[in-house]
Amino acid sequence: MSTHAARVPRAGISLQVRLRATARSEWVKFRSVRSAPATLLAAALFVLVGAILMATGYRNGWATMSQSERTSFDPVYTSLSGIELAQLLVGALGVMTVTGEYASGLIRGTFIATPQRAQVLAIKALIFTVAAWVVCTALSFGAFFIGQSVLTSPAKHVAIGDPGVLTAVFGGGLYLTLVGLLSLFIGVLLRRTAAALIALFVLLLILPVAAAMLPSKFSSNLAEFLPSNAGGQIWKLPQSGAYALSPWQGFGVLAAYVAVTALAAFVLIRRRDV
Amino acid sequence: MIEAQGLTKLFGDTAAVNGIDFQVKPGVVTGFLGPNGAGKSTTMRMILGLDLPTSGSVTVNGCGYQGKVWPLHEVGALLDARSVHPGRSAYNHLYALAAANGIARSRVGEVLEQVGLTSVARKRAGGFSLGMSQRLGIAGALLGDPGTLLFDEPVNGLDPDGILWIRTLMRSLAAEGRTVLVSSHLMSEMALTADHLLVIGRGRLLADTPTAELIARHSDARVLVRAADTLRLSADLRAAGAQVTLEPDGGLGVNGLDSVRIGEIAAANGHVLHQLRDVTASLEEAYFRLTGESVEYRAPGPGQQGPGRGPGHRPDAKALEVAA
Repeated sequence: MSTHAARVPRAGISLQVRLRATARSEWVKFRSVRSAPATLLAAALFVLVGAILMATGYRNGWATMSQSERTSFDPVYTSLSGIELAQLLVGALGVMTVTGEYASGLIRGTFIATPQRAQVLAIKALIFTVAAWVVCTALSFGAFFIGQSVLTSPAKHVAIGDPGVLTAVFGGGLYLTLVGLLSLFIGVLLRRTAAALIALFVLLLILPVAAAMLPSKFSSNLAEFLPSNAGGQIWKLPQSGAYALSPWQGFGVLAAYVAVTALAAFVLIRRRDV
Repeated sequence: MIEAQGLTKLFGDTAAVNGIDFQVKPGVVTGFLGPNGAGKSTTMRMILGLDLPTSGSVTVNGCGYQGKVWPLHEVGALLDARSVHPGRSAYNHLYALAAANGIARSRVGEVLEQVGLTSVARKRAGGFSLGMSQRLGIAGALLGDPGTLLFDEPVNGLDPDGILWIRTLMRSLAAEGRTVLVSSHLMSEMALTADHLLVIGRGRLLADTPTAELIARHSDARVLVRAADTLRLSADLRAAGAQVTLEPDGGLGVNGLDSVRIGEIAAANGHVLHQLRDVTASLEEAYFRLTGESVEYRAPGPGQQGPGRGPGHRPDAKALEVAA
């Protein structure tokens, strides 16, 4: 009968080594299921096809547009408007990155292997952020160039070097990434896929509509600070006087929503039983 | 070695685990036995740092689970076999776990081989049968070659082959000097697998003894007799100081007299005996006696009688006499 020697974990482990192991594990998980590439592919379809359809529509209808419509026409927003739909997909991916593990019970295996729960969440969020940002920024640029190539004169179009354009096109990728990250932390708070998706849709789609129904004195002020409206400023060309928040201020408001949700998520994930 | 001190877990006002102390020692299989809802899984989750105790503490090798940096090298656990992303292959599921603890990738192939899943390593785990999922879960527990292993209801839903395989595996892991804790609500299974038992009911520890001792202590010697004239024999035995109960099959269960004495009494009174047999109480009986009062959810049985709970609950032969 052999005797199993009591194992002593390797001595002198630095946080860096531990973090690298967690990152490798989470990366294996991220790339070994199809949900991420499938969702991002669907998002790509919305963004790129949306650019073609919207730009084509405005080019064909340009002759019938009034002067004020032509003045307020935003060729960047028109190219990127697929983001309005793609944000739901990127959001769903963020939610399911977390709730998928809760639904299957895999989260227990994850925390048995890595009891440092905050570390797991931080690495998960990091991997999601990098993957979402790379893909969504590429999509944003792709949609911009497709849109501008369709919008030929006399329709208004812009070049990437024109004032505010580069910020807006970069902003498209940043906006989608932050929406996804917000969703990921909502997923931690609610733990159930259906509940988190509903919360996300209410936040992104229903609240802006509901706010618009309030008396205008409140609605414009309130609506401006909703996550989608505030964050959305960064992927539009700034319109004079229409909005109080500048692109980066609006983006900052969205980032603040993410930060608050993240804080709650980090506190709760350490305290709650799984 | 697993040690719990005053371990308590409250869910609202209900104590799922109520101040229990125990030690699980290496080298033997320790069975964690109790009815459904007794607190077994909650205790296991606290050992693994998933649930935080309301009060008290539990440690593995002298250290709380949440303080461990590479826990899979020390502790392996099988909780719910279905805790796998259905779209991920068995190989990648294990590789993700291994990577989280700096375990060499080659180890994944080794444990898959050990549990017999090599041929389906690249298949999606969502398509696995319960038996295969159970094997995958056990492969995960063995990844870090840990000195402590926890199995929560490992034989649930398995076919006889699978049950035998798990039983053999647990016994060999303990024989290698590892600490093995297995929970179950099946006393018959524990009688075959566990050397030592922790019996839990309604969150309290009811027994902490070697399996053999538990059976011996919580059962008394009984003799089963069948005779041509059941009623007269029953009266004669009772006159000699025995407690007699009527068995459902018409025989008599006798406590307080051994089979030698019963034979002599029968001969002296001219009885015709059809059968005279010593009955060794099963672990099941011992278990029912221990947990009889602590079963959380129970359907009323026929005639409002709970599940059979030892000789004391059988209808008395006297009732039969009155009826006759």
